[in-house]
Amino acid sequence: MMNKLIFGRYIPGDSFIHTLDPRAKLLASFYFIGIIFLANNWQTYGILAIFTLFAIFLSKVNIRFFIRGIKPLIWLILFTVALQMLFTQGGTVYFSWGIFTITEFGVINGLFIFCRFVLIIFMSTLLTLTTPPLDLSDAIEYLLRPLKAVHFPVHEVSLMLSIALRFVPTLMDETEKIMNAQRARGVDFGEGNLVQKMKAVVPLLIPLFVSSFNRAEDLATAMEARGYQGGDGRTKYRVLHWHSKDTAVILAFVALTVVLIFLRS
Amino acid sequence: MQPIIELKNIDFNYQPEDASPALKDVSFSIQQGEWIAIIGHNGSGKSTLAKTINGLLLPASGSIAVGGKELNETNVWDIRKMVGMVFQNPDNQFVGSTVEDDVAFGLENQGIPREEMLVRVRDALEKVRMDSFATREPARLSGGQKQRVAIAGVVALRPDIIILDEATSMLDPEGREEVITTIKKIKEESNLTVISITHDIDEAANANRILVMKQGELVSEGTPEKIFSAGTELIQMGLDLPFPEKLKIALKERGVDVPTEYLTEERMVDWLWTSVLNK
Repeated sequence: MMNKLIFGRYIPGDSFIHTLDPRAKLLASFYFIGIIFLANNWQTYGILAIFTLFAIFLSKVNIRFFIRGIKPLIWLILFTVALQMLFTQGGTVYFSWGIFTITEFGVINGLFIFCRFVLIIFMSTLLTLTTPPLDLSDAIEYLLRPLKAVHFPVHEVSLMLSIALRFVPTLMDETEKIMNAQRARGVDFGEGNLVQKMKAVVPLLIPLFVSSFNRAEDLATAMEARGYQGGDGRTKYRVLHWHSKDTAVILAFVALTVVLIFLRS
Repeated sequence: MQPIIELKNIDFNYQPEDASPALKDVSFSIQQGEWIAIIGHNGSGKSTLAKTINGLLLPASGSIAVGGKELNETNVWDIRKMVGMVFQNPDNQFVGSTVEDDVAFGLENQGIPREEMLVRVRDALEKVRMDSFATREPARLSGGQKQRVAIAGVVALRPDIIILDEATSMLDPEGREEVITTIKKIKEESNLTVISITHDIDEAANANRILVMKQGELVSEGTPEKIFSAGTELIQMGLDLPFPEKLKIALKERGVDVPTEYLTEERMVDWLWTSVLNK
């Protein structure tokens, strides 16, 4: 079951990208999604594609993992591309039938959208493949820190995030156990029509829910027994280190932005 | 000597209108360095008792003193620093995402500087022989290993008292053995007081003193020898007997004249071979 999950798939390694500070990686990924909207012609998309492929090359992760990351989203991508192609007006008309027209602009726009999707997925997959979930939650906590000024509960959110991440495999195991236990008692999962399928999920969902409550209670007691009194006055065991190469990565992204602005039409 | 833990006339009720209270007029005291086992059938109030000692539950009446200080709402956090607890379910008490994070959790709560945390975490993991697993996630550890990490998390805080709240009940015999030997070793090294709440009669036989709970009351108290010589009475209370005692009962039924006092496994073997040779 774990293997199907894209979320939290981390491939250990010691490449340039792996050893970057998670804050740098997280910021860069979000920044990339922002600047991808600057691209509007072949040169700019070309630059972005080269940049992404170079990052993937630096991570030393097999490109097949990235292609696999696209698979679950392929229908969404194709659907969006098709809509773009069928409904964009302008340029040479290749084909027309009722309200559907395939035009030169439509085809180009569709291809652009396709590139945009693929590049965003590649970049975010690169982030999750090279960063352990725990480091990501540390990075999120650090980056949310300014929000403390507006009384946003940064410590609580990051604690919840890291506990949630830590319990993902535990709950997956438990789900599998309950499923097998219910199968042994004659429940058919994934059989029959939609209503029957939904009904079959109930004997899985309720025990899982109840056991989560029990787990939460046990965990809270254990945390309190170990002196947890909230975020104030706590020190931190994990610390993040920002190196010069992290600055270099951010600078590379800024340079990329300048190039994009220069090349866009 | 002043006892490290002293309970006087503790009453506790989960729901005020409950007819049978969870704890009824419980009093006892524990000296520093003792190993105490609390036994009793399910629902006899053992775990409730353990939670009142570090203030997770506040008694309805009576007083609790830990290390000479009376437990009240203002010093409950200081007392929790003195009392470490290891709970039953190894999965549900694992707070950190990796072994070292979990051990560090309690230290983080106390605001210990990071340099010292690094030293203490490493020390504690070495004590429970988990130092080579420091960066592992809980999903990749066995039950016994997770309990050892939980012990390390407590040991790192350097408490005076460790309470094992059925800490071995979800483990296989091997994991149980691992956890008990670890605790024994740590106890010898640092003169800890250990309170172990257990169903496992062999674990109880290790203790200096056994407290027997029944329906919220402390019904008897004494050395393992004294408690186990009660024999069939314990079985009627829903408890088990150590193997030599069971053997004695079985021999008695077959007409063998067995000594009445409690025998450890070793002494049982001695008695068996001497009595066979003397025939």
